[in-house]
Amino acid sequence: MGKTLAEKILSAKSGTDAYAGDIVIAQLDLVFVQDSTGPLTLRQLNESELDIIHNPNRTIIFLDHSAPSPARALSNDHRFLRDFAAEKGVVLSDIGEGVCHQIVAESFANPGEVIVGADSHTVTAGALGAFATGMGSTDIAVAFAFGKTWLRVPETFRVVVHGRFSRGVYAKDLILHLIGGIGADGATFKALEFVGEGVRLMRMSERLTVANMAVEAGADAGLFPSDSVTRSYLESQGRGKSYIPLHADSDATYERTIEIDASRLEPTVSMPHAVDNIALARDIKGVPIDQVFIGTCTNGRLDDLRIAAGIMQGRSCHPRVRLIVAPASRDVLLSAIAEGYVATLIEAGATILPPGCGACLGTHQGVLGDGEVCLSTANRNFKGRMGNPSAFIYLGSPATAAATAIRGEITDPREIV
Amino acid sequence: MLRGRAFKFGDNISTDHIVPGKLLHLRSNLPELAKHVLEDADPTFAQRVRKGDFVVAGKNFGLGSSREHAPLVIKMAGVSAVIVKSVARIFYRNAINIGLPVLLCDTDGIDDGDEIEVDLKVGRIKDLANKIELHSSKMPQIMLDILHEGGLIPYMKKHRGFDI
Repeated sequence: MGKTLAEKILSAKSGTDAYAGDIVIAQLDLVFVQDSTGPLTLRQLNESELDIIHNPNRTIIFLDHSAPSPARALSNDHRFLRDFAAEKGVVLSDIGEGVCHQIVAESFANPGEVIVGADSHTVTAGALGAFATGMGSTDIAVAFAFGKTWLRVPETFRVVVHGRFSRGVYAKDLILHLIGGIGADGATFKALEFVGEGVRLMRMSERLTVANMAVEAGADAGLFPSDSVTRSYLESQGRGKSYIPLHADSDATYERTIEIDASRLEPTVSMPHAVDNIALARDIKGVPIDQVFIGTCTNGRLDDLRIAAGIMQGRSCHPRVRLIVAPASRDVLLSAIAEGYVATLIEAGATILPPGCGACLGTHQGVLGDGEVCLSTANRNFKGRMGNPSAFIYLGSPATAAATAIRGEITDPREIV
Repeated sequence: MLRGRAFKFGDNISTDHIVPGKLLHLRSNLPELAKHVLEDADPTFAQRVRKGDFVVAGKNFGLGSSREHAPLVIKMAGVSAVIVKSVARIFYRNAINIGLPVLLCDTDGIDDGDEIEVDLKVGRIKDLANKIELHSSKMPQIMLDILHEGGLIPYMKKHRGFDI
């Protein structure tokens, strides 16, 4: 009987012939925490009396959520994590290096692997054909020590993407459209698997955006096949040898098939306070905006900054708008400087933040005021998300964000490009 | 047998409602963080909740972040179980891993403030005010085993690995 990508990967990593619904013990290829979940992981590890790290070279501590630290208590959490990394010899990715999911894509994740991280957006690495999923601190403490975890093999929704995005439409619009269609809990306990001509045409940065938001539909994982795009990306990152082709079997069993014609999508936004509360940008244009945020593990990559800079070139932010930009990693920042995107964005009025997560989750750097409205390229617009339950967050693509920054109100980017 | 009052919430209560990111600096100070539990959904909840009470909500409870602090502070507030229509996957695992029971049933018949009685062994929920009886859908055996041991850490101390 044929297998989905999730069934193939979890069978191989558990040494069983696994199908949807089975519980397996899977070998883990990469395990990580970040600075908001890591301290609890280390305390649980201590509590468990499991004083071992199964594979230090594939165990990572990321300092990205409060980077650099805005508060004494967080600085002390950072000290705790750095000291642990030094003592146990695990990999440390310190402040300024970037958002964990971007670094995992740039430097660690490979097709066919099983990756677990103490961060819900661990699903991002599904773009590279890895079964990657988020867990809490205690699950990850056990994963640190044993190098294994239990997983229920999920049923899979097959998402067939036809065609190519039209002008002004991007991967973000595709995933917001999908989540709006199936709902914020539409894929709970399921995997999403993306296939079709539209997927073959998608660049790695676009696949990462889509996989990143699988969890916003409740999914365990957002999986892409490993193909020539994957191979080129791995080669560009110096990991060409890690490439293996990986596709679902043609006779695999899917719980549901969803067809999307990418060429008919339009710029899409999520409205407050739910990711599945979507509208077309043109239908809600004119909503006044105080802050535009471009960045995060969803849309803080070089292609995203290129798109935003292309629209901002020779233009300025609306006087009301604060535009803040956080590149997803040090590599992204360096490349964006080299390509001139950073200069373009700063000339248009942007404030550039260090690579990290702070603004997205409301820790620091971009906390909204009472009643303020933000358009963000992030993945979540829950009440209170950007540090203030009295503020309002819309989500959109980097193009929608740039067009909105120029006009000072929600704008369909096709009106500008 | 557990007995307490129901605190009723709606659908899609996210981990940002339970422990927002703006309180990141309190994550290594759990007693202080627990004073803010569910603050962005109901600012009076933390003061009103008493030991043994229940959090009752609609669908997709605990969506969002992987932060295990969310079920932890609910447990620390004295809540003996979470009773919801449906639960987000990571919150579900986290709650069981720290020993906070999650019961899944149609919660429409439970009103805010109702006296509730729960028999965890058989997954039965009785609303004593509305005189209705509900039954939780069954969780996977491995999660039942982890909950039975009081959480994942005590489970691992005893089993030194996963038994499936």
